[in-house]
Amino acid sequence: MSSLPSAPRSRTGAWFDVLFGWLAQGAAWVTLALLASIIASLMVGAWPAIERYGLGFLTSPVWDPVQENFGGLVMIYGTLATSFIALLIAVPVSFGIALFLTEMCPAWLKRPLGTAIELLAAVPSIVYGMWGLLVFGPILATYVQVPLQKLFAGVPYLGALVSGPPVGIGILSAGIILAIMIIPFIAAVMRDVFEVTPPLLKESAYGLGSTTWEVVSKVVLPYTKAGVVGGIMLGLGRALGETMAVTFVIGNMNQLDTLSLFDAANSITSALANEFAEAAAGIHQASLIYLGLVLFFITFVVLTLSKLLLQQLKKSEGAKS
Amino acid sequence: MKTSLKSSLLGLAVSSTLLWAGAAVAQDVTGAGASFPAPVYAKWASEYNKATGIKINYQSVGSGAGIRQIDAKTVDFGASDMPLTDDVLAKKGQVQFPTVMGGTVAVVNIKGIAPGQLKLTGTVLADIYLGKITKWNDKAITSLNPGLDLPDAAIAPVRRADGSGTTFGFTNYLSQVSPEWKEKVGEGTAVNWPVGAGGKGNEGVSAFVGRLPNSIGYVEFAYAKQNKMAHTQLQNRDGMFVQPSDDSFKAAAAGADWNKTFFQVLGNKPGKNAWPITSATFILMHKVQDKPANAAQTLKFFEWVYKNGDTMASDLEYVPMPASVKAAIEKSWSQIKDASGKPVAYK
Repeated sequence: MSSLPSAPRSRTGAWFDVLFGWLAQGAAWVTLALLASIIASLMVGAWPAIERYGLGFLTSPVWDPVQENFGGLVMIYGTLATSFIALLIAVPVSFGIALFLTEMCPAWLKRPLGTAIELLAAVPSIVYGMWGLLVFGPILATYVQVPLQKLFAGVPYLGALVSGPPVGIGILSAGIILAIMIIPFIAAVMRDVFEVTPPLLKESAYGLGSTTWEVVSKVVLPYTKAGVVGGIMLGLGRALGETMAVTFVIGNMNQLDTLSLFDAANSITSALANEFAEAAAGIHQASLIYLGLVLFFITFVVLTLSKLLLQQLKKSEGAKS
Repeated sequence: MKTSLKSSLLGLAVSSTLLWAGAAVAQDVTGAGASFPAPVYAKWASEYNKATGIKINYQSVGSGAGIRQIDAKTVDFGASDMPLTDDVLAKKGQVQFPTVMGGTVAVVNIKGIAPGQLKLTGTVLADIYLGKITKWNDKAITSLNPGLDLPDAAIAPVRRADGSGTTFGFTNYLSQVSPEWKEKVGEGTAVNWPVGAGGKGNEGVSAFVGRLPNSIGYVEFAYAKQNKMAHTQLQNRDGMFVQPSDDSFKAAAAGADWNKTFFQVLGNKPGKNAWPITSATFILMHKVQDKPANAAQTLKFFEWVYKNGDTMASDLEYVPMPASVKAAIEKSWSQIKDASGKPVAYK
């Protein structure tokens, strides 16, 4: 022991270790403190609205700044509906992309394709918004909505789902734009986790005569499910919080008189971005902050649910073996 | 090429340091608020800086935010597109005065309709935005425009999604001409629109109107003119159909009694040639100044603006205040005092 020459160095290492430990712990606590103070300041800011409307805020569809009567149902519905549509499209597509890249793609195409998808994630959201408004919206209206309206004319529920003037903005456009925006995130995460599946497992399955699909569904997916769920949640989080692109294509309409996918609607983030600057201090501003609090809560619930889902998956795994 | 870029960058750096140093010696003035007059405030500020070396920082953050900032005294002056009533001003201990005026116009995108061709009345406009008139060949519209071939197509109304002074001017006008609008929707920088899609900012609305066939929207006149959009004629209070122009905006301002109060909403003012959706934009300052030196600099700036700023405003399609109003404004500045009750000296 005493013959080791590095004794003085290990002593400095010791106090450095303590310091580093404190710093790391401090960083963790700062994050928690930030979270707590964000919630606290949202609560304080929203308090006039919470006091006045209570939970009825969540179910009232009226948003009238002139009469000072506020309810958040339209925006909450818009946020949830657009994110749901986005996931509905983005998850299968991302899964396909990741699967192709890891299992089927020829080696020379792997890198350029992978980089291209990562580059998609770097496009600023306002570009997606402008593209959605000026290019994608008209295409959607002319080639999708009008034919669908003709097809479903007179059909009870489906007809209502596609009604409205062919403008090309609304819940569906926003959902599709969001899907395009979150695909690179989900696909990149899925690809990365698919790639860490030990080749030994995959090769064994192939060796036993499995098809590609069997390998993916029986070996790769069970091995990587935590990462896959994590990637989807990352995408969902982005979809819930996306502001600029949604503002451009959702139509910013605070009425909920049809369930049409093509009717202008509003989302929480879009309402906040549009109205906050001009909102007079008072109940209007408080209601907007209340909306922000609701979004915070939605994100929190989504995260919690995904953690629960993962736990459930782990449990059932244990039961099987 | 490269060296010239480098040297010009260097020059820029040196000159901006010099500017900064110069400004740091004199008192900088900060203001925040309305986005509608932001281009002309920026122009005035840069010319004033050239003339005097004093820097005016104006943040175009929106009227609501401007009001919040002047209430909190984080800026020397606030700016709002919506005038505050005299009661509110008295309660806050602030004064307001108008700087420039502008007009809001309805713009349409109908095949074959040129700028200034279509005639509309206030009630028809209100009914379109209430969702009661839904087709361009509705009798209410065709009877006003016997010579025009209007299509049998659904009207797509477009409006501002963000809170804005333009919306205030527009809804204020609709409230004055349509009792139903007043009762159901009312006036404000943001209202509960019964129909229509919302675009963000003047540019958002004009993008929508430009793209959607058979749509109608409302934007500031300067914006419509620059983008060559098809604006409409409107019937004013005297029953005349007028075209938007500097003259018709000035005619609307002449119909207001500025000597009594600066709380003047210029919508639907009397006058043969008056444009019905005209509005002024306002500056807010505290009556009792904690920092009288800053207040003096602010007043000096606006004194210079009223003397030298008219052409710059007209170039940017704003309408300057009439001379009589300017005199009344400068008289009103005697209310702005320091903590000891002495009027702030700015001359």
